[in-house]
Amino acid sequence: MEKYIGKSVYKGTAIGPINVLKKRDGIVKRQHIEDVAAELERLEAAKAQAQAQLGALYEKALQEVGEVNAQIFEVHQMMLEDEDYQDAIHSMIETEEVNAEYAVAVTGDNFAEIFANMDDEYMQARSADVKDISNRLIRNLSGEEELDWAHMEPSIIVADDLTPSETVQMDKSKILAFVTVHGSTNSHTAILARMMNIPALIGVPMELEQLHSGTMAIVDGKDAVFCVDPDEAMIAAAREMQAKAAEQKQLLATYKGRPSVTKSGRKVNVYANIGSVSDVAYVQENDAEGIGLFRSEFLYLGKTALPDENEQFNAYRQVLQTMGGKKVIIRTLDIGADKNVDYLGLGKEDNPAMGYRAIRICLKQPDVFKTQLRALLRAAKYGNLAIMYPMIISTEEVLRIKEIVAEVAAELESEHIPYAIPEQGIMIETPAAVMICEELAQLVDFFSIGTNDLTQYTLAIDRQNEKLDDFYNPHHEAVLRMIQMTIDGAHKAGKWAGICGELGADTTLTERFVEMGIDELSVAPSMVLSVRSKICEME
Amino acid sequence: MKEFSYVIKDEIGLHARPAGLLVKEAKKFESAVTLSCKGKTAAAGKLIAIMSMGVKQGDEVTVQVEGPDEDAAYEALEKFFQENL
Repeated sequence: MEKYIGKSVYKGTAIGPINVLKKRDGIVKRQHIEDVAAELERLEAAKAQAQAQLGALYEKALQEVGEVNAQIFEVHQMMLEDEDYQDAIHSMIETEEVNAEYAVAVTGDNFAEIFANMDDEYMQARSADVKDISNRLIRNLSGEEELDWAHMEPSIIVADDLTPSETVQMDKSKILAFVTVHGSTNSHTAILARMMNIPALIGVPMELEQLHSGTMAIVDGKDAVFCVDPDEAMIAAAREMQAKAAEQKQLLATYKGRPSVTKSGRKVNVYANIGSVSDVAYVQENDAEGIGLFRSEFLYLGKTALPDENEQFNAYRQVLQTMGGKKVIIRTLDIGADKNVDYLGLGKEDNPAMGYRAIRICLKQPDVFKTQLRALLRAAKYGNLAIMYPMIISTEEVLRIKEIVAEVAAELESEHIPYAIPEQGIMIETPAAVMICEELAQLVDFFSIGTNDLTQYTLAIDRQNEKLDDFYNPHHEAVLRMIQMTIDGAHKAGKWAGICGELGADTTLTERFVEMGIDELSVAPSMVLSVRSKICEME
Repeated sequence: MKEFSYVIKDEIGLHARPAGLLVKEAKKFESAVTLSCKGKTAAAGKLIAIMSMGVKQGDEVTVQVEGPDEDAAYEALEKFFQENL
């Protein structure tokens, strides 16, 4: 038995024989040719054949994975016709008098290299596309057959990396899972695996040469483990996991489109947490009733300068419009010494969790804060927006925020720019905020409890420190009482309270939270239906 | 010669799909269409060249059109950028 750990792109369990796809040895022989014109003609024929194949793949993908994912084959068709690419191949055949296979292989490698060297992860992943079209041309030139999927047993596909055309050509009923050595979460393999709901692991450090097709294996997408040649007990355990997951999935699907209401009629809003505009698709797929935490950090991280007002406005507006009239709670900038960006010049800190972060940066650097608030107030015209401020410890902070919001509104007013002032709430994630929650509740529209930080600060346990694992109890009574105090404080002032931390998705606590009086639970999109089912089952 | 500038709003920048559509659009016209961004320039009809410019969200691109149908090309491309990027 051999175990490998990779990166999971789609959770799920698969059990079955592996099918190792070994690439052509990759060596294309360089041959001298006499008749350049004939070689160019051969290239043209291979290109025409490739265009026809890609057209057929586009149609197949359109049926199976939808237009957005099928478009890659249109892009392949265009890449194939790219002037620079074709010129390079032609000139190599003409000047060096080499066979077309060799000219395509060298050119393909050169162009793939251009993409591989770009500093953008998305563009790096495009080098696979160039390789894919080059391999297709080479296959056509050498008259090689494509893999025969029709006569394959259902199996776990193991490969170095998979190209989009490989994944689409596969007969889905024959694929139990994908396991690849390379590939990024942005690769087509990953995207398609998610679309097709097939368990997939990427970045698995294995030697393909040592694996043999036909060997039994288990793919555990939950823990990202690829286990080759498992024993009987492991197979039995995996089968049980599969059965449970299937049962669970079927059960959960019945909760789509239903409100989250207990049997006695208490309504709890089940919202989703997201971190980018594209995550909205998962929110809708899982039928969340709104977005309870939209982390705005994605606009700030991985950039070289602060995002401007319009960039932010467009992102917020897009999410609001996509969500229709459903509630979208956007949390203002929550970066600090651990989630650092160079352009803010924050520097390194000894104790980043308790450092210069979140609202503290916003209040010290109001220009940064104002840009975000202007974008938010403008976007508020386009849907059901709420703003949430992180890391609050005092009423003074909230009063200062309100002053700044009023200033921003006055500015927009004088500039005749349409805006609206949305609902505003605060994150309750410090013990200080819990202790004074009654006073805070007078100043805001709602509370959202950030249990991750609240637990860390309440228990004085750094969650990054493995030595403390034995002491860490996420269900610690102190934390639960803090939550109760927060809910009571909000209700006393006629405001609502929710949870957006990880604890909110802990279904062993859902019942207790509802009993405590929680109004909203915001969880990862994939957990929405589980939490809803818990609520609906309650008395 | 006519030109306009546009700041990319799309989250992943000038990625494969819109780049492909841009090539199609640019090729509809006789005029030469060039794209410049961050000191790099490429003909808008060349897919790999424009993708490898690495145009990201927030980058400003300048589009130049020159030729017999430059007015129509200018109008069509400006609309294309606004709708797709």
